[in-house]
Amino acid sequence: MSVSKPLPHDAARLHVTGTARYVDDIPTPRDTLHLAFGLSPIAKGNITAMDLEAVRTLPGVVAVLTAEDLPFTNDVSPSIHDEPLLADGTVHYMGQPVFLVVARSHLIARKGATLGKVTYDEQTPILSMDEALAADSRFEDGPRIYEKGDAEAAIAAAPHVIEGLFEIGGQEHFYLEGQAAMALPNEGGDMLVHSSTQHPTEIQHKVAEAIGTPMHAIRVETRRMGGGFGGKESQGNALAVSCAVAARLTGRACKMRYDRDDDMVVTGKRHEFRIGYRVGFDDTGRIQGVSFLHHTRCGWAQDLSLPVADRAMLHSDNAYLLPNCRIESHRLKTNTQSATAYRGFGGPQGMIGVERVLDHIAHELGLDPVEVRMRNYYAAPEDMAEGVDNTTPYGMQVEDFELHGMTQALLESSDYAARKAAVDVWNAENAVIKKGIAFAPVKFGISFTLTHLNQAGALVHVYQDGSVHLNHGGTEMGQGLFQKVAQVAASRFGIGLDAIKITATDTAKVPNTSATAASSGSDLNGMAVKAACDTIRDRMAAFLAERHQADVTSVRFGGGHVEVGEARYTFAEAAALAYQGRISLSATGFYKTPKIEWDRIKGQGRPFFYFAYGASITEVAIDTLTGENRILRADILHDAGESLNPALDVGQVEGGYVQGAGWLTTEELVWDDKGRLRTHAPSTYKIPACSDRPDVFNVALWAGSNREETIYRSKAVGEPPFMLGISAYLALNNAVGACGDAYPALNAPATAEEVWRGVRRVHAGGDSGI
Amino acid sequence: MNITFLLNGETVELAGVSPTATLLDWLREEQLLTGTKEGCNEGDCGACTVMVSDPSGAKALNACILFLPQLHGKAVRTVEGVAEVDGALHPVQDAMVTHHGSQCGFCTPGFVMSMVTAHANGATDHDTQLAGNLCRCTGYAPIIRAAEATEGAPVPQWVSTDRAFRMPEATPARDNAFLPTSADELTTLYAEHPDATLVAGATDVGLWVTKQLRDLRQVIFLGGCEDLKQIDITEDAVRLGAMVDMNAMGAAIDPLHPSYGEMIRRYASVQVRGAATVGGNIANGSPIGDNPPALIALGATLHLRQGDARRDVALEDYFVDYGKQDRSPGEFVEAVSFPRQADTLKCYKLSKRFDQDISAVCGCFNITVDEGVVSAARIAFGGMAGTPKRATAVEAALVGRPWAVETVSAAQAEFAKDYAPMDDMRASAAYRLDSAAAMLARYFAESQGQAVNVLEVSA
Repeated sequence: MSVSKPLPHDAARLHVTGTARYVDDIPTPRDTLHLAFGLSPIAKGNITAMDLEAVRTLPGVVAVLTAEDLPFTNDVSPSIHDEPLLADGTVHYMGQPVFLVVARSHLIARKGATLGKVTYDEQTPILSMDEALAADSRFEDGPRIYEKGDAEAAIAAAPHVIEGLFEIGGQEHFYLEGQAAMALPNEGGDMLVHSSTQHPTEIQHKVAEAIGTPMHAIRVETRRMGGGFGGKESQGNALAVSCAVAARLTGRACKMRYDRDDDMVVTGKRHEFRIGYRVGFDDTGRIQGVSFLHHTRCGWAQDLSLPVADRAMLHSDNAYLLPNCRIESHRLKTNTQSATAYRGFGGPQGMIGVERVLDHIAHELGLDPVEVRMRNYYAAPEDMAEGVDNTTPYGMQVEDFELHGMTQALLESSDYAARKAAVDVWNAENAVIKKGIAFAPVKFGISFTLTHLNQAGALVHVYQDGSVHLNHGGTEMGQGLFQKVAQVAASRFGIGLDAIKITATDTAKVPNTSATAASSGSDLNGMAVKAACDTIRDRMAAFLAERHQADVTSVRFGGGHVEVGEARYTFAEAAALAYQGRISLSATGFYKTPKIEWDRIKGQGRPFFYFAYGASITEVAIDTLTGENRILRADILHDAGESLNPALDVGQVEGGYVQGAGWLTTEELVWDDKGRLRTHAPSTYKIPACSDRPDVFNVALWAGSNREETIYRSKAVGEPPFMLGISAYLALNNAVGACGDAYPALNAPATAEEVWRGVRRVHAGGDSGI
Repeated sequence: MNITFLLNGETVELAGVSPTATLLDWLREEQLLTGTKEGCNEGDCGACTVMVSDPSGAKALNACILFLPQLHGKAVRTVEGVAEVDGALHPVQDAMVTHHGSQCGFCTPGFVMSMVTAHANGATDHDTQLAGNLCRCTGYAPIIRAAEATEGAPVPQWVSTDRAFRMPEATPARDNAFLPTSADELTTLYAEHPDATLVAGATDVGLWVTKQLRDLRQVIFLGGCEDLKQIDITEDAVRLGAMVDMNAMGAAIDPLHPSYGEMIRRYASVQVRGAATVGGNIANGSPIGDNPPALIALGATLHLRQGDARRDVALEDYFVDYGKQDRSPGEFVEAVSFPRQADTLKCYKLSKRFDQDISAVCGCFNITVDEGVVSAARIAFGGMAGTPKRATAVEAALVGRPWAVETVSAAQAEFAKDYAPMDDMRASAAYRLDSAAAMLARYFAESQGQAVNVLEVSA
């Protein structure tokens, strides 16, 4: 069976030979036009005049469009129609698209975009969280509040109480392939759109709105993205819609891709958070009650900020049973890029909040942080007792808790105790370089919290030569989804992967798809494909059983053959026979996740089908003089259930850890006091480079299963490993803590400068004067 | 202009080339060779990496900031051209598949080309070789496993064919761009066209074109001036021609001043260092270029030329003010030199990321201690002022005093006299000033045998 084999990515050979096609690589018609946006140079104001003559007269410019030229809906929002494609009189952030240049080349379009003379009545922008709070500038009427028990009373009654405030920066996706789309006008006003998107159906929907057609006139195709990470869930809408509008206007193919600087200035990023906490606990570090106050900077439009902020609340417990808990969440509206989906979707921010609390408790009591964590863990399934609370702050019973065993295994495999002692020895002997080591667990909820999104479709054809055409609603952004799902299909038919043709995601083949997001890709699409394959397989089995007067349950698919009693056919022979027997060899498949129901206003229900788990231990070194720091070693044990493909899953774990550690260390977004993003290129925004990965990097998959009935009992693996990087932040905190008695309370990202600040804070006894 | 080069083994002759057309755009838009990717269009991500060979060797370069005329007479290899004709993969490609080195695949062609070039050059310092290639998916671990697996695999025949390429004598037509082949020719041209832009490696000018969308009216490409690529190391002095690239400079400096060599290793990336030049880094006058503080600390002299007139200027005096250098129209940097000396130089590059990051602060300390007393100190910084600048007050507080913690503490207080740095996206002013002073403490601690380098610590 091909499921569970560590096969390479299906496109690996295309990748390494440069023949894998991305949107900008697709051959274009000769007269293709290229687009670029003219951007707002201010963060807030009203447009008083637009003089675009210089743009129009630039040789090679074919058209310049403003909001008034848009034929139908001027909106690219994925949520509440609050995001005009082109500014409609008001600008809300520095970098907002104001006009659209259509030109003969990408370069001419970019040049044209710099030539617009737009005058503004500039207003004072709301940039910071404090400014937003002061102005009561927010999404939703007031904060969302989830509660379990009575947090305030429990904190008041607890032997120890501490509190703190924690700033957590955002993150640029930095997918290597920038946003890109191309629209090809077809006969009768139809449109074929190629889009680098995680959500082809959304593209179809927004394009249809924008050019005034039903969705059936729009076909969106996505073969692959050069990385997505959530940044292509909604942020590709503007480009695809622009292309479609311009293609409709000119009758010519239109292509748009952002230059990197534009990409970083225009598109949304991970949500910044500020988390205040107050926690009461006993002498052993057991939490009695905890109260979190979340503030998040959502930017100018709603986009996906509500479910992101919800998911942060839903991960405020991480792995810990919080007997009394209150989480209050404010979603602040500011004149900055509209923060959007990013791997973990708020989960990482919520999770690092409670990890900071556990770290702080352990420091306060002088206890080992791992011990304190384990004391607060949810109960393992075998230890769950009737009537004993094992519920999350939102009332979901935790029935699959894996972390007791995983933690023990990781402590042993990483030699944690001895290394922790060695770190102490090093720190006693060294004045300049200090080391730190820390453990962090991950419990991440799997399912879209918007319940109706938890569905998927597939389309499978078996041809009469036994080859198989595979299609489903998931998109490929590097995670290996297509290969995993192909492995499912191959396993269902008992054939080799070479017989399966993986095909581009296509809204004309599978309709009404959800974004490939929330780590759901293989869970949902794997099941839908399984259903489609099984339909065809059952038809073939029934046909062959009848032909051989055998019981249908005796028909076996495997090893490239189909066996019926004594007869043995190749799969191709069986397919040919079935075709000749007038059996339909094409089927759709459908899946919807069972058991979930969720009320996001009350904060009660079962939003998640199951949890995926992980555990990591990171060791770091810091230079106390300058704050420079690096990761020396990381040990990871991750739960992918019964992995569909261990090689691809380990790839997600390694990559997720490094991306998560990047978020918390070198990746710093800086805006100036005008709202201008100053870190808008890789020269100033620093994702991890090759040498930033841990020198020693031990990654293993937990030999577990999934208690729920998922595809081959595997678990989702896209987002959860991202949060393993939290142990890098905690290790830095630990190293800074070696400089004195005070709690370091590092903010994130813990850049060299932040570590330097932390060292001075600890030297000063915790006074956060710097 | 007209140029000739080899592309994946085939001779290409181009007429009427715009001097600022980039190799990347030409490959993708004219040749439909779309394997080479645009990730950032500024030389920071490596997705556009190609291999460029000439008789002096093979280099990995960023095609996005490489102008076509720079390729005249060279051999270019793209990702489409590294497998065998029969389709057999290059060992690097094969290992990248086997070790799961690609996920989304967009950075992969650039990685492959950096790895193919490193493999051809026998380089196994993989972290350094790949510092200029960003990957957002894999966390790099499988890519390094692939690189290690390829060590020692046979080098394909085409590598030597590329290196042996000799241009069929054609001289490029002169119009708005020039390709002088000697410093003498350059000086004549520059006298005729004092407003022309001199392009050495184009790692800076490239961005004027790709990011600022500037049109350059006249361009003089210096890459053909072999006589500006000399490195002369005598008993008395080290002299580096202006067109010595930063990889070559690093190799020359490393045995003499290892800390400076290590700083150059972290300076940009292999691809950028392969294009960037000693002269370009100095001439453009950046306050955050890493060479000037190190060279100033070594007491370097800049050699300028205009026509047949040559003059020498102490490097620290060349930097007059932010954006203003002591260079006349038509004058160019011919070389830089510094005296041979015992190695007491330490270079401390402080940046958000260790590799391929512009310094927030670059501090270079050259302190001589005789019998426990500081006999000489040359200290210079980048990132602390509008120009690379010496720390004269700090130096004065050190010289003549015992090399002891009290002296260091007293001298640290002098930094505020020498520098009033600024706040920006790289660092705050307070952090810059404090770190600069901390670097003196580091220099002292290092001289006392303490562990001070976070890059040298292991778990």
